[in-house]
Amino acid sequence: MARITAGIATSHVPAIGAAFDMDRTQDPYWKPVFDGYEWVKEFQRKEDPDVVILCYNDHASAMMLDVVPTFALGCAEEFAPADEGWGARPVPMVMGDPVLAGHLAEQLVIDEFDLTLMNHMDVDHGLTVPLSLMFGKVSQWPVRVIPLAVNVTQFPTPSAERCWQLGAAIADAVQSFPAGLNVQIWGTGGMSHQLQGPRAGLINPEFDNAFLDKLSNRTDELRKITRLEFLRESGSEGIELIMWLIMRAALGAKVEELNRFYHVPASNTAVGHIVLRPVS
Amino acid sequence: MRTRLYSLEELDDIPGTTVFNAMRSRQAYHLHKFCMSLMEAANRDEFRKDERAYLDRFRMSEEQKLAVLSRDFNQLIELGGNIYFLVKLSNTDGWSAQKAVGSMTGMTPDEYAAMMRAGGRSIKGNRSIRGKN
Repeated sequence: MARITAGIATSHVPAIGAAFDMDRTQDPYWKPVFDGYEWVKEFQRKEDPDVVILCYNDHASAMMLDVVPTFALGCAEEFAPADEGWGARPVPMVMGDPVLAGHLAEQLVIDEFDLTLMNHMDVDHGLTVPLSLMFGKVSQWPVRVIPLAVNVTQFPTPSAERCWQLGAAIADAVQSFPAGLNVQIWGTGGMSHQLQGPRAGLINPEFDNAFLDKLSNRTDELRKITRLEFLRESGSEGIELIMWLIMRAALGAKVEELNRFYHVPASNTAVGHIVLRPVS
Repeated sequence: MRTRLYSLEELDDIPGTTVFNAMRSRQAYHLHKFCMSLMEAANRDEFRKDERAYLDRFRMSEEQKLAVLSRDFNQLIELGGNIYFLVKLSNTDGWSAQKAVGSMTGMTPDEYAAMMRAGGRSIKGNRSIRGKN
């Protein structure tokens, strides 16, 4: 049967992608950011996962206009990197897993999650920057990816609790898949940042570090954070952190924290990264 | 009546922040169509050639068009815009996201960049208009 062997969270700042693509990872500004991901790149070489269920948000690249799906699962064989206004990132095509995605689509809808299923979509920096951070420069990604796009753009986003419940249902769905796959689940976005208005540039390290601290064994507190509290305390775009809770819930009750990284700033954003292992 | 954890009016109590909701999404639908059109290189060239003529292809309000022409991002947000769409415009201009975002704060790009390097804008005094905290 398929197993979720690790949960990984990371910010997905577009400027990190730009620095990566332009080989500026050793610049004094960017080096501390990229150094924070050296550990996980080695970890991934050893873990060699088959599939990643990648929770991210589309930044007005593939959707969020004619339709506004709360949860959208990518079921295609492949997903092309999107052109976000400066040309597509020079990264490999993202290969999907339609068989596992189809299984998840069935199981999750049966379990009352009314997902939108995407049979075609481009994927933007929200998905490809985490892949670059985990695997570095490669000619093809070493994993298949099932994108799970979450609406964090248009209020109301799903609640923290709803994201938690979805993560728990994903855990069950993966477990009921017959093939012996090594599956990871990633939560991306955050940490605190605000990209609009006179309050732009907001960073709240106390909130961010408390969130990281509670992610292992005080998750009941994280599930209660309201949308209002996310917007107030972590900035209008900090609400992306709800996607970390899908990842965390999919790992089950107990986890071991293997690695953690926090750095301010990358462009407008506080960068957070954590690697968790489910403990049975 | 169903109970709610807080009134949606509370969202208006966050200083310097506009929460993008379904009504604003509708208000800015054509503005956002314009922004998304800039995801194609040929459209970016057309726009650069004659911005006003390009904008006139879209059913945006005159105010929205003028705000695009003057790259007034605060005004674009006031008129319903959302930053994830609006950065398609600043990307087309070759601006960094930091320059686009910083332009809404009344600071120069250098001042804003320096604030971010120093740890960003503090949450203290920026939580609530009413609570002044």
